[in-house]
Amino acid sequence: MADVNRGNRPLSPHLQVYRPQLTSMSSIMVRITGIASLGSALLVVAWLIAAATSEQTFVTIDWLLRSVVGDIILLAATWAIFYHMLGRLRHVFWDFGYFLNVQVAEKLAIGMFGLATVLTAIVALAF
Amino acid sequence: MRYLTDRKRVVGLGSGREGTHHHWQMMVSSILLVVLVPLFVGVFAYGLGGSHEDVLAYFGRPFPAIVTVLTLVVVIVHLMRETHVAIEDYVHGLAGKLTLVATSAFSYTLIAVGVFAIARMAL
Repeated sequence: MADVNRGNRPLSPHLQVYRPQLTSMSSIMVRITGIASLGSALLVVAWLIAAATSEQTFVTIDWLLRSVVGDIILLAATWAIFYHMLGRLRHVFWDFGYFLNVQVAEKLAIGMFGLATVLTAIVALAF
Repeated sequence: MRYLTDRKRVVGLGSGREGTHHHWQMMVSSILLVVLVPLFVGVFAYGLGGSHEDVLAYFGRPFPAIVTVLTLVVVIVHLMRETHVAIEDYVHGLAGKLTLVATSAFSYTLIAVGVFAIARMAL
């Protein structure tokens, strides 16, 4: 009976159907911060190759990164990569079989937000 | 009714061929991130803010150079795989395949350019 009712079945509910929850939102944020960090990598590499090849280009990119706009971008980029790191660490815990119940996962979600913010603040204040 | 079994319908559709390998690779690089990200953020934040000569001298030192090269390779490959999973989820068909190729090209180029820059400054 392999061909019965193809394509006319109820679908599993997706993003638009579920109420936003800490668990889903914190997980989606891991993906977003991961993809955004690939953009941050472009900035870092642009700065590095400018430093390695041309004083003039370096001065421009360096000024851009150290301007107010650059500070804000770098601060956001730092938060994003820290958040991504913590979110991925949570996946590792889960994959090893720990912290799988919802209450703990939600606490970890809040912890990821908090710790990423603390780490970013430390970097901002220390450097 | 066509003579198609459930098995025959799904054979070759992709799932279950390299998923476990990809998953394990993500676990490995996720653990490496916990070491590399704080190290690199520190190295980069410390290196940013000097003159051009300062920056050249800084990345000429072993620790900043090695941490940066490790980060460029390990973290960018991790982020590339992360992006690939998102693409596989949301972009399908030819567009999906081409986006995968484009993000691979972008990521590998970043790694090559970054490593070259460090080599130029350090050697």
